[in-house]
Amino acid sequence: MSEMAQPATGIKRPDLSQKRIRGRYAAERRFKLYGQLAVGLAIAMLAVLLISVCSKGYSAFYRTEIALDVMLDPAVITPDGKSDAETLGAADYQGLIKEALKTAFPDVTSRGDRKNLYNLVSNGAGNTVRQAVLANPSLIGSTQRFWVVAADDMDMLAKGFIKRDLPEGERVVSDTQIAWYDKLDESGQLRTAFNAVFFSAGDSREPEQAGILGALMGSIFTMLVTVLLALPLGVMSAIYLEEFAPKNRITEIIEVNINNLAAVPSIVFGLLGLAVLLGVFGLPRSAPLVGGMVLALMTLPTIIIATRAALKAVPPSIREAAYGIGASPLQVVSHHVLPLATPGIMTGAIIGLARALGESAPLLMIGMVAFIVDVPHGPTDPATVLPVQIYLWADSPERAFIEKTSAGIMVLLAFLISMNAIAIFVRRKFERRW
Amino acid sequence: MNAISPTLAKMHGRKVTVHYGSKQALFDVDLDVPERMVTALIGPSGCGKSTFLRCLNRMNDVIDGCKVGGEITLDGQDIYDTKLDVVMLRARIGMVFQKPNPFPKSIYDNVAYGPRIHGMASTKGELDEIVRASLEKAGLWKEVKERLDQPGTGLSGGQQQRLCIARAIAVSPEVILMDEPCSALDPIATAKIEELIDELRENFTIVIVTHSMQQAARVSQKTAFFHLGQLIEWGDTEQIFTSPKDERTQGYITGRFG
Repeated sequence: MSEMAQPATGIKRPDLSQKRIRGRYAAERRFKLYGQLAVGLAIAMLAVLLISVCSKGYSAFYRTEIALDVMLDPAVITPDGKSDAETLGAADYQGLIKEALKTAFPDVTSRGDRKNLYNLVSNGAGNTVRQAVLANPSLIGSTQRFWVVAADDMDMLAKGFIKRDLPEGERVVSDTQIAWYDKLDESGQLRTAFNAVFFSAGDSREPEQAGILGALMGSIFTMLVTVLLALPLGVMSAIYLEEFAPKNRITEIIEVNINNLAAVPSIVFGLLGLAVLLGVFGLPRSAPLVGGMVLALMTLPTIIIATRAALKAVPPSIREAAYGIGASPLQVVSHHVLPLATPGIMTGAIIGLARALGESAPLLMIGMVAFIVDVPHGPTDPATVLPVQIYLWADSPERAFIEKTSAGIMVLLAFLISMNAIAIFVRRKFERRW
Repeated sequence: MNAISPTLAKMHGRKVTVHYGSKQALFDVDLDVPERMVTALIGPSGCGKSTFLRCLNRMNDVIDGCKVGGEITLDGQDIYDTKLDVVMLRARIGMVFQKPNPFPKSIYDNVAYGPRIHGMASTKGELDEIVRASLEKAGLWKEVKERLDQPGTGLSGGQQQRLCIARAIAVSPEVILMDEPCSALDPIATAKIEELIDELRENFTIVIVTHSMQQAARVSQKTAFFHLGQLIEWGDTEQIFTSPKDERTQGYITGRFG
């Protein structure tokens, strides 16, 4: 009782001075500032990346075309009088293009100059003429004006990537070629057009004929295989481990190992695919099927960990409610827990798949780095994928492949964004309050 | 102890013990649950009354490291018999929890879920009838009949709890266990639930855990007092509240400890 009677001086009161309040406000302001700085820096870096990629890559979406008056000589196209599709398709249209170039520049006579002249157009330019003739054989015998694809060097000259003021020996186009180019330009025989080939062709040694479609299809097939394998396997494993498996030493060891696998470098999975899938089981080389399997192995741990976290986050009251009215464990999981965990599972799956989409190292090991011209039509056709295609183009010496590389990155980013958009859509659809 | 004759009792507990890992939570509890009556379990926090309640429909099975000993019977059948299907047991013994926990589904689906998984309705009409009857019995029909397709989680706390009761009685259980069903509700919602419990007594055997002695006195016919994992005393509610035999019971109901 004597303590109660003591005056209040012995009791410590909270320090309510302005100094402390100001200090607290200042600390909060500083913290907010640091946060804003961090976000700002991240946005700035992302912007630099995007701007640099887009500014380098946008020029790959258009190309330079040259107008040529091509004489569709029946002696070349239908040498033995037959005009069936096979004969028409097999004719030497590139030769006709060369003739047209000779006619356009009659004063070029020496062999060396002629070769330079022919190099103004792409060596795939004949295809334009072939398609026109196949579509309309009645054109044979007449002279028609065709817009054919310029060679990549001319394209680079048109886009300003080859500097005219450099000494002739230091650039890939000669002074005479520049003169021809200017003459064509003056007479209105040059134009820029949308580069449809970039979206409709596979890879090529010639930059003006190279397209992203082969790699894009390869990526789509690979991702399909990965999703079909990794998502059901990962989700089922996670549900079993989280909801049904007894909690003992064995499941603990499994859990530790899954967490370890998530950190294994991807190249190791590629080597595994090479040794087991190609070596032991003899699956085809360079195939999206094998690539998808390797990437599925790589993605599995991520999906399992994310799914288990999502299942754990479902409130226990929902489980109790379902058990309380006599739902079996399987019914509790499939009717209540899984629908509530779906948004979390989708987020985890998409993080794993996005990583797999951008992965190139393990695919190098199983031969998906090969130079493949044909667009794949199925998961067993030889193919490459977007990141490997980007790597291949970045490694090519031609100036024109620089813009292709950046354009490839843009296509990869667009693929990623559409994948994420699907994930967000699914998440919204399943998101519920509880 | 004034044990009632076994024929009248719906459930019997004999020497029930519960261990959570190495910690013992219940010590040799002998308790009978009489049919079509409300049995209230009271006692201070941590006394084991909720643990005992969860033994009655084997909800403790879900908890890791929980071991139940002794014998509990429902209509003379041992519910911890390994041959007994626990899912069927829980269909016969429903449960209402402390916090209202409707499924994040529509009001209709909340009530219809149990009948659906137990195959109680073969047509949509039958199911509609079960849902309507259950909601009526739970006193919720008038309030929700216009919005059965709206989420159950959008109701008020008291309505949610009555929805949970409707969900429990939709499977026509023989026994309903209630674990502090009013602790998260305001007095008006509590009064409604208590009224409801009183009506449900006609058709169901009810065991309720409560912290409120007034509530136990109002709604129950039998009361059991738990303390430190032991059943101290049980009998007619009136007798427990007016002339308790044990001085710990006396102390608790007069508010000297607890």
